[in-house]
Amino acid sequence: MKKEHEKRCPNCQGGLTRRGFLTTMGVGAVAMALPQHARAEPSEKGQVLEARQLTKIPLRINGRLHRLLVEPRWSLLHVLRECLGLTGTKVGCERGECGACTVLINDVPRYSCMILAVEAEEVEITTLEGLMTGEELGPVQKAFVEDDAFQCGYCTPGQIMAVEGLLRHNPNPSLEEIRQGMSGNLCRCGAYVHIFKAAKRAATLKGA
Amino acid sequence: MKEDREGLYYVREAPLPETPAPGERPAPWERTQVIGTPLARVDAYERVSGSAVYPSDVVLSNMLYGAILRCPHPNAKVLKVDTTEAEKYPGVRAVIGPSTPGANPPWLYSQWLPPKEIWSKLFDPNCRFEGDTVAAVAAETPYQAWDAVQAIKVQYDVLPFVVDENKALEAGVPSVYKEGNRVQILTYDRGDIEKGFAGADVILEETYRTACEIHTPMELHGCVADWQGDHLTLWESTQGVFAVQKEVAAVLQMPLSKVRVVGHYMGGGFGSKLKAGKYTVIAALLAKMTAQPVKLVLTREETYLAVGNRPPSNMRIKAGVKKDGTLTAFEFACTGTGGAYPAGGTALVDWQIRDLYTCPNVHTEATDVYTHAGPARPFRAPGHPQGSWALEQMMDALAEAIDMDPVELRLKNIPTFSQARDGNPVYSSTGLKECLQEGAKAFGWKEAREKSSRNRHKGHLRRGVGMAAASWFIGGGMPPATVIVKLYSDGSVNLNMGASDIGTGTKTVMAMVIAEELGIKTDVIQIENADTGTTQYTNPSGGSKTVPTESPTVRAAVVDIKQQLLNMAAQDLHTDPSHLTFQDGKVISKDNPSTGIKITDISGLKKRSVLVGMASRGPNPEDRAIVPFAAQFCEIEVNTRTGEVEILRFLGAHDSGRVMNRLTYDSQVFGGITMGIGFAMTEARILDAKQTGKMVNKSWHDYKLPTAMDVPADMISLPMEIPDDVANTTGAKGLGEPVTIPTAAALANAVYHATGVRVTETPMTPITLCRLFPAGSKEE
Repeated sequence: MKKEHEKRCPNCQGGLTRRGFLTTMGVGAVAMALPQHARAEPSEKGQVLEARQLTKIPLRINGRLHRLLVEPRWSLLHVLRECLGLTGTKVGCERGECGACTVLINDVPRYSCMILAVEAEEVEITTLEGLMTGEELGPVQKAFVEDDAFQCGYCTPGQIMAVEGLLRHNPNPSLEEIRQGMSGNLCRCGAYVHIFKAAKRAATLKGA
Repeated sequence: MKEDREGLYYVREAPLPETPAPGERPAPWERTQVIGTPLARVDAYERVSGSAVYPSDVVLSNMLYGAILRCPHPNAKVLKVDTTEAEKYPGVRAVIGPSTPGANPPWLYSQWLPPKEIWSKLFDPNCRFEGDTVAAVAAETPYQAWDAVQAIKVQYDVLPFVVDENKALEAGVPSVYKEGNRVQILTYDRGDIEKGFAGADVILEETYRTACEIHTPMELHGCVADWQGDHLTLWESTQGVFAVQKEVAAVLQMPLSKVRVVGHYMGGGFGSKLKAGKYTVIAALLAKMTAQPVKLVLTREETYLAVGNRPPSNMRIKAGVKKDGTLTAFEFACTGTGGAYPAGGTALVDWQIRDLYTCPNVHTEATDVYTHAGPARPFRAPGHPQGSWALEQMMDALAEAIDMDPVELRLKNIPTFSQARDGNPVYSSTGLKECLQEGAKAFGWKEAREKSSRNRHKGHLRRGVGMAAASWFIGGGMPPATVIVKLYSDGSVNLNMGASDIGTGTKTVMAMVIAEELGIKTDVIQIENADTGTTQYTNPSGGSKTVPTESPTVRAAVVDIKQQLLNMAAQDLHTDPSHLTFQDGKVISKDNPSTGIKITDISGLKKRSVLVGMASRGPNPEDRAIVPFAAQFCEIEVNTRTGEVEILRFLGAHDSGRVMNRLTYDSQVFGGITMGIGFAMTEARILDAKQTGKMVNKSWHDYKLPTAMDVPADMISLPMEIPDDVANTTGAKGLGEPVTIPTAAALANAVYHATGVRVTETPMTPITLCRLFPAGSKEE
């Protein structure tokens, strides 16, 4: 299997070591390192998927089932934004540092840049769009509007998802719990103080 | 239904602001009903729902993805670029490099203070900094593009480098250019510093340094390029669509009319997105070659290397003061670097020293040098936070030396005119005194200072308070700017302006100006902005210029509409327009308020369907300096064992003229303080100066921004509310830059107050502080 892979993978042909390949490709290469997670049809458990072999996977996003052809190395973030056009999930670093790409995986905030699409086929994915009822904003979104909990707005979807995830597990968080809960989401405009207020307001709105 | 429409469009019974006769300046607003209120943003829905399309969100059919191969060395000559392998990779549609015909146009680097230019190339064989562009790829997916980038083989002649600006002028160090590493040395003089120091009771001298800071806006730099024949459309994450248009058109030698740049939304820039990037032109070239749209968004790592920074500043300041607090002299020297190209490495670093306080004798000297590092770009208040770090700590030290409260010392030296500008123009308004007095009062400065002084230097958890003041070089905006306001026959409005809303609330503030003048709700105002194809020219949004530039222009355009309406109503009512005024959705007679006509019934409006009002920004008043002022106060707790600093509270007292929107105003103040906290506490570009010359912390993991855990929830924004009616017709001055200038120095002064240790270098990380605290201080 390894030989077959190397024959067809231009990176390996080019003489790059596995280590080098992993480094350069970052998260994308983890597909090969963690074959047990790549359980897409028609492959069986444990089968190694090639980086470029399109694989059919079902993804449950905001309650709807999408059947997609993805490369095993594609991040969930890439699939959400570039394949499905769900731009409520933003890209900031693609290496798990900023939280702009935060989505809920089974109600828990997770960085979608750190999850492969093929890893996400048996979970419930909620994006910013999934917090809305039609065109109506959800309570966390409303609170962000009221408290002006953003400036440029680019980290905002991730911040909103982090608050949503926090409140789903802790409906009435203290200030310290809010700060902890939001500590995985960077905001370069520095809207944190208003985000704290919005999180409190959202807790109230959700309780109401 | 009719009732509803009326309720929707005309909201109040009070008279609208008086309409001036044509050619006359509108009078300052006396009482405002919309301006100054905490109104939620007009584009908040788009921003929180994900429906706002940022340039990096754009997905076009048949779109390719670009990626750039960058030089891994700080100084190297590209000998050969072999793309044959890369071109064969799956999904690859184009590979361009230095020898691709038509793909290596000249590239201009320039600075404006003083003007200086160096011509380079898009893919210059002389790579003078880590991260310079070597080649680029377009492929069907970003993954494929990066595969191909990895497969490009480059032969470099790796050359010796210098990345330490303090060594750049030493004999024998590698030269960035054969002429040497000196960009320029600028000096400034007023009065006689020798005389000044001779007249001082206390003279202090200290060396300070601020580290190089990287912008890292949340949205990566990038664009989508799409050609329709010989027309190019670019969706660019930018602060200024017209600046990008001009640069791209120049580089590609195209008419301006054939380059359209769209930037409706953008995810932060802080000065790093005032111009086009090399990536912009690369995307356009790749799109041209492949005849497909190309999205080229940089990686986070690339944004640390190649799209700007706040230069490091190495400063020495000597100051003289009399016992009564009169400043007698400042002597200041600074060395900085804008990297490998002219980029304002020391621009405005000395401005606070020259202009913030009354001081008759000042000498400054600024030495800018080339180094093999990424070129600087303007970063929120260029030069100011650096100069403030030195000056405001020096003021703190002077106050202590003459046994005076630091706020008192500053109050003693408040200027009424700008000493550093030619002709010494008077300030159009100055609230520095108010910022200091009101700020100190609201913060409880005296009490907090006394309280922590009592327990000073006891135990390992030590509280302290600190403060610093600031002014910002330009805060009045300027021409050119043109806006168009369209009034529809039902009373709703369209605003057309070129300015980008970079997150500061520009669109919201302008909608509020219209609402104030016309008496309509902001939610019936539609705004088109930041599109060179469809909106009017303006300068980029930056430098705290946008609100004072655009808001008087928008007001003038609405006044134009109102004048037209009065003329039309005068015809309907068979009277003279000077007898008429607006009230409650109507035009009424001033003498006989019962005579009038509903705006929507005015026959001229009905006939034309749309009234167009237009205005261009007029000049600022002559012989006046329009300058925002600030004072910030903070309280901290330092752990002398671990070196950790907990910031307990912050107060920003700001004079930026009239508050246009209290909500976005406060967001700006808190945001500026937060960015200042990063500058003070954690942020520093670290270059491996001895071995590789490369940046070692080019990620958010290793270059740490303030997080939710690092800022105090207790932040207070205290606007001074001094409308500057001399400056312009809305009375607003800039806010975005002053809010981040004094923050770092205020924190350093608080650390000194808490521990007795003067921290002269940023960032004040736990490791640095631990080294500075004397051993004994950890044991008590």
